[in-house]
Amino acid sequence: MSGHVSPVSLYITIFMALMVLTAATVGAAFVDLGQFNFAVAMIIASFKATLVIWYFMHVKYASKLTKLTVATGLFFLAILLGLFLVDYGSKALTQMPPFLS
Amino acid sequence: MSNAAAHADDRGHAHAHHPALQHHFDTMAQQKEAAVVGMWVFLLTEILFFGGLFAAYMVYRIWYFDAFAEASRSLSLFWGGLNTAVLIFSSLTMAMAVRSAQTNKRSATVNWLILTMILGTVFLGVKVIEYADKFEHHHVPGYNFEWAHEAPAAEGEHAIAPAAEGAATEGHRQLSLSPAQLQLTTQIYFSLYFTMTGLHALHMIIGIGIMLVITRMAYKGKFDEEYYTPVEMAGLYWHFVDIVWIFLFPLLYLVERHV
Amino acid sequence: MLDKLKIPERNYLNNGHGLASWLLTKDHKRIAIMYLISITVMFFLGGLFAVGIRLELATPAGDFVQADTYNKFFTAHGVIMVFFFLIPSIPAVLGNFLIPPMIGAKDLAFPRINLLSLYIYWIGGIFTLYAMLAGGVDTGWTFYTPYSATGSNSNVVPVALGVFIAGFSSILTGLNFIVTIHRMRAPGMTWFRLPLFVWAHYATSLVQVLGTPVIAITIVMLGVERGLGFGIFDPARGGDPVLFQHLFWFYSHPAVYIMILPALGVMSELISTFTKKTIFGYSFVAFSSLAIAVFGFIVWAHHMFTSGISTYAAMVFSFLSFSVAIPSAVKVFNWTATLYKGAISFETPMLYAYGFMGLFLIGGLTGLFLATLGLDIHLHDTYFVVAHFHYIMVGGAIMGYMGGLHFWWPKLTGRMYSEFFSRISAILVFVGFNLTFFPQFVVGYLGMPRRYHSYPDEFQVLNVLSSAGASVLGLGYFLPVIYLLWSLKKGAIAGPNPWGASGLEWQMQSPPLTENFVEVPIVTHDAYEYEHVVAKEKHLV
Repeated sequence: MSGHVSPVSLYITIFMALMVLTAATVGAAFVDLGQFNFAVAMIIASFKATLVIWYFMHVKYASKLTKLTVATGLFFLAILLGLFLVDYGSKALTQMPPFLS
Repeated sequence: MSNAAAHADDRGHAHAHHPALQHHFDTMAQQKEAAVVGMWVFLLTEILFFGGLFAAYMVYRIWYFDAFAEASRSLSLFWGGLNTAVLIFSSLTMAMAVRSAQTNKRSATVNWLILTMILGTVFLGVKVIEYADKFEHHHVPGYNFEWAHEAPAAEGEHAIAPAAEGAATEGHRQLSLSPAQLQLTTQIYFSLYFTMTGLHALHMIIGIGIMLVITRMAYKGKFDEEYYTPVEMAGLYWHFVDIVWIFLFPLLYLVERHV
Repeated sequence: MLDKLKIPERNYLNNGHGLASWLLTKDHKRIAIMYLISITVMFFLGGLFAVGIRLELATPAGDFVQADTYNKFFTAHGVIMVFFFLIPSIPAVLGNFLIPPMIGAKDLAFPRINLLSLYIYWIGGIFTLYAMLAGGVDTGWTFYTPYSATGSNSNVVPVALGVFIAGFSSILTGLNFIVTIHRMRAPGMTWFRLPLFVWAHYATSLVQVLGTPVIAITIVMLGVERGLGFGIFDPARGGDPVLFQHLFWFYSHPAVYIMILPALGVMSELISTFTKKTIFGYSFVAFSSLAIAVFGFIVWAHHMFTSGISTYAAMVFSFLSFSVAIPSAVKVFNWTATLYKGAISFETPMLYAYGFMGLFLIGGLTGLFLATLGLDIHLHDTYFVVAHFHYIMVGGAIMGYMGGLHFWWPKLTGRMYSEFFSRISAILVFVGFNLTFFPQFVVGYLGMPRRYHSYPDEFQVLNVLSSAGASVLGLGYFLPVIYLLWSLKKGAIAGPNPWGASGLEWQMQSPPLTENFVEVPIVTHDAYEYEHVVAKEKHLV
């Protein structure tokens, strides 16, 4: 009844991957990718977060309910950020705040 | 449906009570599963808690991108990168602590937990250095904020963030904002910087506090392979705090580094 | 039959005596009773401020209190009623007491966290009450920036801190319910055998867990701006006050569903019990609760149509707001269909249920008026809005709470209250409520803005009607305090199932054992099947 025990080698691998990705995110920031700098940074960060959630936090071996809980959190975070963008994204079509224009 | 069936099935296997089994649960498995789900639901609230901050950050970053880029360059990539590495390493040691608890290795659990706390403290120490730097460079909103502050030209004064100060004054980049606007909008960046990193640091302090208690419990031999839930919960919390930093690092330190 | 009944010798009320046995209890039922007492105190405190508001508005001139004091009155009324009464009301009292027995569990999954949430609620309450005593706060319950961050000279930080702390209590309650409903169900209690009360609380808990952290972080940002001088929302420093409103309503609109969803759950129980029919379209009613919870998160900006959000966003949010009407209407239609050809009776809880259905309907439909972009420009920040949300919160949530309290009172205490006085009270509440708030629709439509302590003479008739109605309403709320307290000593013994209801909680003795059930119940039939209940009652006779 002790849950899934991951091998030490897996943890070391994940750790190495996270370090490499950290280096990659710093490196990518120094390359001019235009609009895509932000996207690349966020994709790498999301990938790192996924590794931590999936292996360090044992979600891979957790119940469907736990997986559903994680998914719910991300879904509502997406609602929060997405609907903010609906307003602020379309606001940008009009103008900047008065004191800046 | 399958849930209830599994539940009924658990009941059949009930054997001699584990001392940590609470009266309202039938089995250790049910108790552990409840704790794991409960912890994840708590982390769900944490996602939304930081989510509000990220939303505010997103709005101002879109509005004041140039100011965010300028302000971001004034942060030290060395300290930020070092802290990221320290925190990721502490996640590894925490995962090892949970693993040791799972396999019922008492002293290993205690040692890994202590190492994790040390790494957490190192992170906070670096944060103190960074914060002190902000105070020195007049980058603390509400206290002494002055974006283009000319520090007294003492020797070595600019050693920590020379690139940033340079970029602001050299003017090799066409900025869309006047100095007065920069003063206002970089202040928003630093307000968010302090709120985000401050709350993150607060979570770390709480995490270290939790680990102190857990380490003591582990030292006293409260855990075995059937009951190590507190170690696992502390682990989940610590990894979550790590994830928040994984996002904070590129958002705060790497807004636009290539110019 | 009734006079042979006795209060069971062993029950949760006499399992341990003295203050410590209550303050250190882990029994969900005792925690619920302590919540009941706490929120009742808060309710009458909040009501006291409402008295102040209605007294001031009885005359057009600002003659009872200063404008500034009036601002503090309505702020105190809003903060106390929303955060310290409505949000904890049904979940923390009835939900806490009833969810474990309804699913056949001995307790909630985390009893200590349950007790902790009560203490956190008290601490939050103390902060808020301290601020009230120290001079009050005048920002309105919405704490809009920049006034709250840089303008107001009143106690914004202690009140905001109180709300922040009380939020954790709400989160912990929701967390506890979610885990309990997932993991503590008795054998045979499948999801689609759960009472709709439990479904409604599951949906409520989702909103509590997902929404409350956002108001928490908003309060933190407000706090660092006001306390430390950070620039986040202040337009003078390049900040965006509308951002505060976005974040505030991301929680505070779903918070309305924290208040109303549990009441919808209570309604399903009442309507089924007093018609002796299964709820028409059980699964639709169950899923409509979840739908309301989810839709609740995508409509918030309809509070901000006049605040300077983009026109395109306003159109999106207006459209989405209409979608909430669908699951709400599903519920009302299905209850009506349940009533059809049912064995309808008119006990007190059912009187509240009838009142609820009408008032919730009016409250909901006027919500659609306000979600309409063009009309909202005219009605925004008028008494029409005040009337609308009181129809939902008072006519909906509090009617549901009162109905539920009367329905489960025999289970809580083992005794019956006076049917005569309770019916009088239910009628007084209904009449008083409509007299108070219906004129506000009219006066708001005519253009009277909210949050002013004086108004033009031509609005006086409607305002006097409103103030008169408030007195009737107050009497209607005060009467239950007397007869319910009276029933504790003198009420007839209720027995385990005075209403012939079908839920598992009615199979416990009244008042229940600390461990709820003598042995873990095995569930073999769906919710709201009355054949089994009838058979059992006959067996008893």
